[in-house]
Amino acid sequence: MITLTIDGNKVHVPEGITILEAAKSVGIRIPNLCNDKRLHPFGACRLCLVEVEGARGLPPACATIVSQDMVVRTNTEQLQSLRKNLVELILSDHPLDCLTCEQSGNCKLQNLAYAFKMDSNRFVGEHFEGHYFSVDDTNPLILRDNNKCILCGRCVRICEEVETANAIGFAKRGFESVITTPYGAPLQETPCEFCGQCVSTCPVGALTEKMSLGKGRVWECEQVVTTCPYCGCGCQLVVHTKDNQIVKVTSDVKYGVNKGNLCIKGRFGFDFVNHPDRLKTPLIKKNGEFIEASWDEALDLVHKKLSEVKNKNGPNAIGGLSSAKCTNEENYLMQKFIRAVIGTNNVDHCARLCHASTVAGLAKAFGSGAMTNSIGDIADSKVILVIGSNTTEAHPIIGLEVRKAVKHRGAKLIVIDPRKIRLVELSTIWLSQRPGTDVAVINGLMNVILEEGLINKKFIGDCTIGFDEVEKIVKKYTPEMVEKISGIQADDLRQAARLFAEASDASIIYSMGITQHSTGTDNVLSIANLAMLTGNIGRPGAGVNPLRGQNNVQGACDMGALPNVFPGYQKIDNEDARKKFEEKWKVKLDDKPGLTVVEMINAAREGKLKALYIMGENPMLSDPDINHVKEGLGALDFLVVQDIFLTETARLADVVLPGVSFAEKNGTFTNTERRVQRIHKVIEPLGEAKEDREIISELSRRFGYEMNHHTAGQIMDEIASVTPSYGGINYQRLKTRGLQWPCPDSDHPGTPILHSQQFTCGKGIFHPVGYIAPAEEPDKDYPMILTTGRILVHYHTGTMTRRSKGIEELCSEGCVEINPKDADKLKIKKDDWVKLTTRRGEIKIKAKVTRRSPVGTVFVAFHFSESPANALTNSALDPVAKIPEFKVCAVRVERA
Amino acid sequence: MAKTTKTKTTKTAKKSNIKIIVGLGTCGVAAGALDVYKEIESYLKTNKIKAEVTQTSCIGMCYKEPLVELITPETGSVTYGDVTPKKISRLLDEHIVKGQSVDEWIVLKEGDEGYERNFLKKQYRIVLRNCGRINPEKIDEYIKNNGYKAIEKVLKEMNREQVIEEVKKSGLRGRGGAGFPTGLKWEFAYKAEGEKKYIICNADEGDPGAFMDRAVLEGDPHSVLEGMLICGYAVGADTGYIYVRAEYPLAIKRLKIAIEEAAKRGYLGKNILNSSFNFEVKIKEGAGAFVCGEETALITSIEGRRGTPRMRPPFPAISGLWGKPTNVNNVETFANISWIILNGADKYSAIGTEKGKGTKVFSVSGKIKRGGLIEVPIGTTLREIIFGIAGGIRENIEFKAVQIGGPTGGCLTQDQLGYPIDYETLISAGAAMGSGGMVVMDKTSCMVDIAKFFLSFTQRESCGKCVPCRIGTKRMLEIVTKITRGQGEEADIDLLKTLAENIKISSLCGLGQTAPNPVLSTLRYFGAEYEAHIKGQICPANACDELVALNVDLLFFKINPNLCKNCGLCVKHCASGAIEGSKEEGYRIDESKCTKCRVCLTKCPFKAIETI
Repeated sequence: MITLTIDGNKVHVPEGITILEAAKSVGIRIPNLCNDKRLHPFGACRLCLVEVEGARGLPPACATIVSQDMVVRTNTEQLQSLRKNLVELILSDHPLDCLTCEQSGNCKLQNLAYAFKMDSNRFVGEHFEGHYFSVDDTNPLILRDNNKCILCGRCVRICEEVETANAIGFAKRGFESVITTPYGAPLQETPCEFCGQCVSTCPVGALTEKMSLGKGRVWECEQVVTTCPYCGCGCQLVVHTKDNQIVKVTSDVKYGVNKGNLCIKGRFGFDFVNHPDRLKTPLIKKNGEFIEASWDEALDLVHKKLSEVKNKNGPNAIGGLSSAKCTNEENYLMQKFIRAVIGTNNVDHCARLCHASTVAGLAKAFGSGAMTNSIGDIADSKVILVIGSNTTEAHPIIGLEVRKAVKHRGAKLIVIDPRKIRLVELSTIWLSQRPGTDVAVINGLMNVILEEGLINKKFIGDCTIGFDEVEKIVKKYTPEMVEKISGIQADDLRQAARLFAEASDASIIYSMGITQHSTGTDNVLSIANLAMLTGNIGRPGAGVNPLRGQNNVQGACDMGALPNVFPGYQKIDNEDARKKFEEKWKVKLDDKPGLTVVEMINAAREGKLKALYIMGENPMLSDPDINHVKEGLGALDFLVVQDIFLTETARLADVVLPGVSFAEKNGTFTNTERRVQRIHKVIEPLGEAKEDREIISELSRRFGYEMNHHTAGQIMDEIASVTPSYGGINYQRLKTRGLQWPCPDSDHPGTPILHSQQFTCGKGIFHPVGYIAPAEEPDKDYPMILTTGRILVHYHTGTMTRRSKGIEELCSEGCVEINPKDADKLKIKKDDWVKLTTRRGEIKIKAKVTRRSPVGTVFVAFHFSESPANALTNSALDPVAKIPEFKVCAVRVERA
Repeated sequence: MAKTTKTKTTKTAKKSNIKIIVGLGTCGVAAGALDVYKEIESYLKTNKIKAEVTQTSCIGMCYKEPLVELITPETGSVTYGDVTPKKISRLLDEHIVKGQSVDEWIVLKEGDEGYERNFLKKQYRIVLRNCGRINPEKIDEYIKNNGYKAIEKVLKEMNREQVIEEVKKSGLRGRGGAGFPTGLKWEFAYKAEGEKKYIICNADEGDPGAFMDRAVLEGDPHSVLEGMLICGYAVGADTGYIYVRAEYPLAIKRLKIAIEEAAKRGYLGKNILNSSFNFEVKIKEGAGAFVCGEETALITSIEGRRGTPRMRPPFPAISGLWGKPTNVNNVETFANISWIILNGADKYSAIGTEKGKGTKVFSVSGKIKRGGLIEVPIGTTLREIIFGIAGGIRENIEFKAVQIGGPTGGCLTQDQLGYPIDYETLISAGAAMGSGGMVVMDKTSCMVDIAKFFLSFTQRESCGKCVPCRIGTKRMLEIVTKITRGQGEEADIDLLKTLAENIKISSLCGLGQTAPNPVLSTLRYFGAEYEAHIKGQICPANACDELVALNVDLLFFKINPNLCKNCGLCVKHCASGAIEGSKEEGYRIDESKCTKCRVCLTKCPFKAIETI
C-alpha cells in the first residue's frame, strides 16, 4: 500500500494505480475525456492534469502512477481555469446541438460544459458550430458523425488495443485530424467486426447505435443489467428499455467477464425480442393449419395427448428436449417434468450436438466435464493452444482475452485449425490439419514432448494414473507418420510441441472442432492427455478449456437435462442419488438412462417414440441430416413445441406454446466458465406469452403434480438443495456477482480453477487413444471435405440474429468458403451459385473464394435456412457421447 | 603488392601538386556549385592540366557559396567565393596557369588575416571541426584528422562507467533544444534493465532556418557515427538508428557511404576493433512531419506507426523503441563526443559558461550580411554573433529583432543584444536555445506578422493529438491573423496571453509547450506593435498587406535617399508615372500623381520606399 496526500487528505491506496484511480477511490473526481479503463493511457485531452509537488509541469492523472508521500492537488484555481479553457476550446470545435443529439444526457462533454458553466465561447473560429463533415451512415449498425468527434482517440485505440481489428485510424494531422477507415471505405469493407466497442467508449455523440436512433434517450430509458442470451461467454449487458421495447444494449466496464466489451450479437442483436414474428398466443394445428387458442385449450390438449401416449405406449414413448437457451430454473423444471411427471429419462438437449464429448471425455479423465479455468486467466497464459475453436467469431469476448494475452502480455499462440481463422494472424505457429485427424496430431505433439524429455514427470507421478499405456501408443505417432495422416509438416509439429511443453503455463482452448466428430470423445481424451503430460492443470494460466457454445448449455447440462444424469451430474443408475431425488420429488424414478437427441429422432422414425415435447430448440436446422430429422418428427403421433418464434421445427408441431425471451423473465444462466449469473426481466412478456417455467408448472399441474414455486428464486433454492455443486448458490448472493461452481455451501466463494488441489476424481486418468479416420472420407463421387460452423455475425439457427435488422442487413445469406485453387479448378468465381451435394442431400449456395479454406475443404455456416448446411452433414455418431460428426463429411462441389 | 602501392602513391603525390576543392554541401549545390565543379573539370581537361579536384562540404559561409578552394605549392590555400561557371576560366587561368590570385574574389587566404577571416577566427569549432575541410565521402580523410581514435581509446582503455563519467564531467547538454545533460541521459539508459537497448540519432531537423545538423551530416558524417558508437558502447546498445528527414537527400547519401565505409574498415559490425562490442547503424527516413523531431514521436515513427508523441514517463531510457531502453540524442550532441573523449572533459568544460559548457552551432539567416553556420562558445553574446561574426544587417538597415530557437523559440530585441547565449538566459528572456536557428530581422519586419509566420508553422505541424495544441494553436493563429487584418479587438491581447500560457502548461509534448513562444515574446517586447494593429489599425512596418491596403488612403509614400541605390526599378513599375528623377540625381515620388498602389513598395529591393 502507498500513502499519499490528495487535496490535503491522507489516502492509502494499492501500489501501481494511477492518481486518477487513487482519487476516484476516495471520491475525488478528476475530469477526463480520453480515459477508458480498458485502454492504455493516452494523455490527449489534458483535462486530468494535476499538480504534484516536486514534479516537472502538470502530470496527467490518468497516466501518473502514485508514489509514496506524493502530494497531489486536483482542484486548484489554476487547474480549474485551465480545464475550463480546454473545455472551451473543445466546444469551439463541436456543434452545440445537444437538443437533438442522441447522446444528450450521457455525454461527457455536455457534463463538463455544464460543470464549467460554459454559456459562451470566446473562440469562434473554423468548424465552430459548423457541419464540416458528412455523417457516415454507410453501414447498418454504427453511425459516425465526425462533427461531434473530439479526437480523444478512444475508438481508434479500442479497435486496435482491445479488438485488434484496426478498422479505423487517424488521418491527416493537427486541426485537420479526422478518424476514418482506410481510404474512407465503408466499415463493411474493412476488418471491422462490428463489436461496437468504439460506440461503447465514445464519450460524446460521434458514434451512436444506428438502430436505436430516435428511440429514446438515456433519461427516458430504464436500464437493467442482465446476461447476454447468445454464446457461452456470459457477458453482462445493460439493457435500455422504453415502453416495453428494448431501445439499445450497452455495456459497463464494471460488470462481468466482458468488462464493458461486447460482440456484434450482444450489442446489436436485440431486435428479435420485440420482433413482429414473436408468438403471442398458443397455436393448435387443425387440418394442417395453426389456429390461435387459449392457454387452457392448448395445455389441456397437450395433457390429453401425452397422457394417452403414456397410458398406451408407456412413459418411454415420450421424450423431451430441453433448451440450452433457457434458464437453469427452466431446465431444472423440464427435466423434473419428464422424469417425475412423465416418468422417463428421455430428456436431452442440444449439448448433445456440441459438447457431449467434452462432458463424457473430461468426466472420464478429470472427473468433471467443464472448463477447468476462468475466462479472466487466459490472459495469464504464456502459451495458448487453440485447437478446433474459431474463438474470435464463436466466442468473441474470450477471443479478446486471447488477443490481450498475445498483444499485450507477450503470450505465444499456437493455432491448430484446418482453416486460416482470424487468430492465425496473431499466432506464432499455425498447424493446418486435415479435418478429422486431431487425435493423430495431438498424439504427434505428445510423441515429440516424450522424445525430447519435456514431460512433467512429477505431475504425472503425483497426480495421474495410466501414463504407461499412453506412452506406448504415443510412441507410434512420430511427426513423420502424423504428417502423412494430417498433412502437417513434421518440423512444424515439433516446433509447436516444444513451444507448448516448455511454457511455464500453457492453456488449451478447444471447441466444436474437437467435439463434433465421430471420434469426439477420443479427441477430448487426447487433449486431457496432453495437458496432464505437461502438468498444465490446476493453475492460473493453464488448464483445459472447452468453450461452450450457447448462453446456458453449461447450465442445461448442470441441471441434468441429459438422459443419464440428474442435476449436478449425479448418475441416475446410482442408487443413492436416485433415492435422494425420489424423496425430494416424492415419486418413483426410472433407473435406466434415456435416449439422446439423435437417438430420439431415430426412435421416432422407427415408431418407438410417439410424442416429443421440445422447448426452445430447433433441430430442423441444428441437427445433422435434417431430411432424416424431418422424417422422424413427421412420424410422431404428437409434437409440442414451446418457443418464441414459429421455427422450422415449430411448424411441424401439433401444438405450439409461446414462451418468452431472456428479456421477459428472471432466472440464471451458467456460462462456459461455470459462472452462474442472473438474468433480469427487463420488459413484460409480449401478448399472452408466458415464462417457460410457468408453462411447465401449469402442464405439470394438469398431470396432478404441483411444482409449487412462485418465483425463479425458489426454483434455485430447490436446485441448491439437491445439487451439491450448486449448494451455496442463491439469488441473494447472485445480486452483486456471479458464482462459479462448485460452490457447495453459502460461505463458499466459488471455484475459479478446477482441480487445483487434486482432480475431482482423485487422480487424473490417462486414456490411450489411437487415430480413427472420420466416418466419411472423400472419394471419387464426393471428392472434397465439407466442414461446418458458425460465423461472427450470426448465431446458431438464426432465429435471433436473423430477426435483428442491422445484423441481417449486414449479412443476409450464407456462402460456401472455397480455396481459390479449388475454385479455379471448378471454374467457380466469387458470388457464383454453387451446388453442394452429399450422400444425404444437396443445397444451393453462393461461393466466397477465400484462402481461409484450405485446398480440398469447403466451409458452410449452419445459420441459414435457405442454404441449410445440415441438409448435408453426416449423422454418424461418436459411440460414447452420441455426438454427430458435423465437422467432416464428403461433398461434391459444382457450379449450380 | 608493395610495388603497386608505391607507384600509386607517387602518382597521387604528383597529382596533388594542385588541389581544387569545391564546396558541395546543399548550400553550395543550391548556389550552383555542381555546375562550377563540371566547369572546372572541363577546363582542366581542355587545358590538359593535372590537378586533383575534390569536394568538401559546407564550411559555414553559406553567404559566399559556391566556394572554391585552390591549393598550389606557390600560393598555398586560397578560397574564392560567389564563384560561377563563367568565372572559372579567368580564375584558373590567372591562379593556376599564371600563379596569380584573383584578389577581388578571394574570401580566405592562407596566412592573411584579411578578407572574411573574421568570420572563422571568432568561432570555436568542435562540432564543425572537419566541415568544409575534409571530403566527407572519404573515410581516410576523417581518420587522418584523428577520426575513430576516440572509439579506439574507449574500447581499449575505458569501461562503460568511465565513458559515462567523462561525458557527465564535460557538462555537455543535449543540443536538440531541451538541454538535458547528456551524460545523465546515457546513465539512465545504461542503468535501465533489459538485454536489448537502442540508441537513436535524431536528425529530423525541422525548424525553418535551421541547418546545423544537415551541415554536420553532409560535412562530417563519421563524427556522428563515432559519437553513436561511443554512446552504444556506454549504454550497452548494439543497434543505432539515425532518423533523418527525407528532405536531406545529400545527408542520407553521405551517411550511407559513411556507414558502408565504416563497416568495411571494421568500425561497425561485429567485434569492433577486435573487442566484444558489436554495433550496427540503420537509417530511417522521416516523412516530413516536424513533430517527429520530438523523441517519443520519432520513436513511434520508427516503429512504423503514426508519428505522434507519447506520454512520459515512461521515458525512452526505460521504455523506448519497441518498449526497449533507448537513448536519443541529436546530431550535434553526438558530433561533440569524440572530441570530448580525445581532448578530455576538462578541456571541454573549460569552454562556455557555468551552466552551459562547450560550444553551440547556430545557423544564422534572415536580414544578415553573412548568413551561414557559426559555432561559438556558449555564453557568447548575441551582439558578437550578429554584428561581430555575421557582419550585421544587410544594407545597414536598423536591427529590429532576432528569433532564436526556431518556431518554438522567441524574439529578442536590441535591448537583449548584450545577453550571453546560454540555456537559462534565453529561457528567462522568453526565447530558447532550441536547436540553434537564428533568424535576424530588420525594421522592415512586422513582429505580429513574424509571430503569425512561426505560429502558422507550428499550428500546421501539430500532430493533433492533444487538445491545447490541436485547437489552441489554431485559435491563437486565428486571433493573430485577425489582428494582422485589422480586425483585432482590445480583449484579444489578454485572450492570446491566457490561451498561450494554458497551451504552454498543458500540451503533451515540447511542440505544443513551446508553440506559443513567438507570440508571447513578441507580445512581451513588441506589445506596442500589436496595439498599433488593433487600436491604430496600422502595421508600423507596412508588412501586413491587408492592413496596409486598408489604410493606404491615409499614407504618403516617400523614397529614403539613404537607402535608395538609384536603381530605377520603382520607375519601371510605377503605372501612374509618379516617380520622377534620374539615376544620377536620384528619385522622388510626386504625391499628386501617386495612386498608392504600393507597387514601388513591394518591388524596391532596398526597402527604400517608406510610408508616413
